Amino acid sequence: MKFGTFGFRICFGFRDSDFGFVLDFEIQIGEESMKKYLYYPGCSLEGTAREYDVSTRAFMKAMDTKLLELEDWTCCGASAAEAVSHLLSVALPALNLAIAEKRDTPEDILVPCSACYLNLKKAQEETRKDPDLLKKVNIVLQEKNLRLQGKVQVRHLLDVISQDIGSERIREQVKRDFSGLCIAPYYGCQCLRPYPVFDDPEVPRSMEPLITATGANVHPWDMGGRCCGASHMNTKPEVGQALVGAILAEAKGADVIVTVCPMCQMNLEAYQRKISSNYGEDLSMTILYLPQFLGLAIGLSEDEMRLDMNLSVTKETRNKLGEMAFALAA
Amino acid sequence: MNEVYKQPTANGPQATADPLARIRGMIQSCIQCGTCTGSCPNAFAMDLTPRHLWRLVLMQQKDDIFQSRTFVLCSACYYCTLRCPRGLPLTEAMGGLKQIAAKEDLPLYKHSIRFYKSFMESIRRHGRVRETEFMTLYFGAMKNPLLPFRFAPLGMKLMGKGKVGVQIPSKNDPNSLDAVFRKAEELEGKDEG
Ligand code: SF4
Ligand code: SF4
Ligand code: SF4
Ligand code: SF4
Repeated sequence: MKFGTFGFRICFGFRDSDFGFVLDFEIQIGEESMKKYLYYPGCSLEGTAREYDVSTRAFMKAMDTKLLELEDWTCCGASAAEAVSHLLSVALPALNLAIAEKRDTPEDILVPCSACYLNLKKAQEETRKDPDLLKKVNIVLQEKNLRLQGKVQVRHLLDVISQDIGSERIREQVKRDFSGLCIAPYYGCQCLRPYPVFDDPEVPRSMEPLITATGANVHPWDMGGRCCGASHMNTKPEVGQALVGAILAEAKGADVIVTVCPMCQMNLEAYQRKISSNYGEDLSMTILYLPQFLGLAIGLSEDEMRLDMNLSVTKETRNKLGEMAFALAA
Repeated sequence: MNEVYKQPTANGPQATADPLARIRGMIQSCIQCGTCTGSCPNAFAMDLTPRHLWRLVLMQQKDDIFQSRTFVLCSACYYCTLRCPRGLPLTEAMGGLKQIAAKEDLPLYKHSIRFYKSFMESIRRHGRVRETEFMTLYFGAMKNPLLPFRFAPLGMKLMGKGKVGVQIPSKNDPNSLDAVFRKAEELEGKDEG
């Protein structure tokens, strides 16, 4: 529903009489009826993935949803906590769930980073099934005067865009003609597995209707749910480069890979020159966050989507986007 | 739909003095079918296949396990967990092995361990990760003067984009999670005590 003021009129008349009257009504579709989410950006979106944060906020606003940033959120522990301490790997995300629960009617928590999403989701699921673990977590959270009860839902950004917003609402707002673009959807691992919430964990499809809603084509490939190696790029670069190289090679023919995770994004975009030289062929490819791509489609500008912060936007893509700028509006 | 995923027994009543026993409990019913190996995107780089590693865990071959780099090559993609016909929590079990290696500070894994520990130290101090500080801690911990150069090209690129700020690390951050970390360490210490 569109945000704003709507008027309507009801006319009364009495049969066989000249007498009648008209009532005018105005209703405000305002903040109160907008769908709200508690927004957990996570550390990457404050730093290396700021364009993901900016484009997510702008796109969600354009879609008439309201994001309330979770106050005083802390890091979920990434993959580091799991590698060091099991209890901390649950307690760190649980701390954020407990902050959310302090609200009277906690909204769903919206998480754009797949690693954060899985950590928060796992904390919620594990404490729900294991009262002993919940007890321990609460002893730890007591240090911050917090208490976890388990009453909030954790949702990935792709879940919310594909299920709550949906391709129809995007189609209605499309302002550019993207029919000349071919998009390779990249889901990564952790928004799909191990919890199959909104998509098939083996053959993910949830991004396809969103892409076709913009008029663009979907690149046919089966690498969408493949692993990019996560932090291997830092600790075991050869392995990380091999995994990412295979993904970039299969993306050939597409104009853009879209991602829904800052770590996937960084792995795919930041090492293309090195990987191309390993492969002996040019594997450069534009990598955009999904909300950047959808935002452009509904008419938000490249500046608003902070395309200047992406590490890999090829000249070809820039030219194409330039030509397509507001083609529908023209 | 969540039922595909089985609850790991981590921190359950099985937790005992032998840290490997907890992991053995998680994979007890492995039938050595090899589905995990066939599903693993990192198997090509591992010295032992995941299936082989689980066999060593079942046979309590602690020395062989901790001479292998297989578990540090797990990138937590959850394919094996999803596909294991016995529904075993294999990604968590890999994590469990990483935790033992970190706790015992085994030199073979110092690269990964220091990376993760530097990251955790940054969270402990500030509540959120400060990427610049974390990298500084990591390079310091690795004591490898050449290491920063490997990251230099990316670092320059990110700085050019205004993505990593230069922050002055302070040890007295009001958002510190020190108390939380200490409590967790205390509780986990008790478990294995
Ligand atoms: S997973 Fe990454 S981005 Fe998310 S909160 Fe944790 S460290 Fe920060
Ligand atoms: S694709 Fe890579 S970064 Fe993304 S979730 Fe998987 S391992 Fe993590
Ligand atoms: S897939 Fe499961 S049952 Fe098969 S070998 Fe691996 S751990 Fe064992
Ligand atoms: S979760 Fe780890 S071990 Fe399992 S398939 Fe993925 S990378 Fe391999």
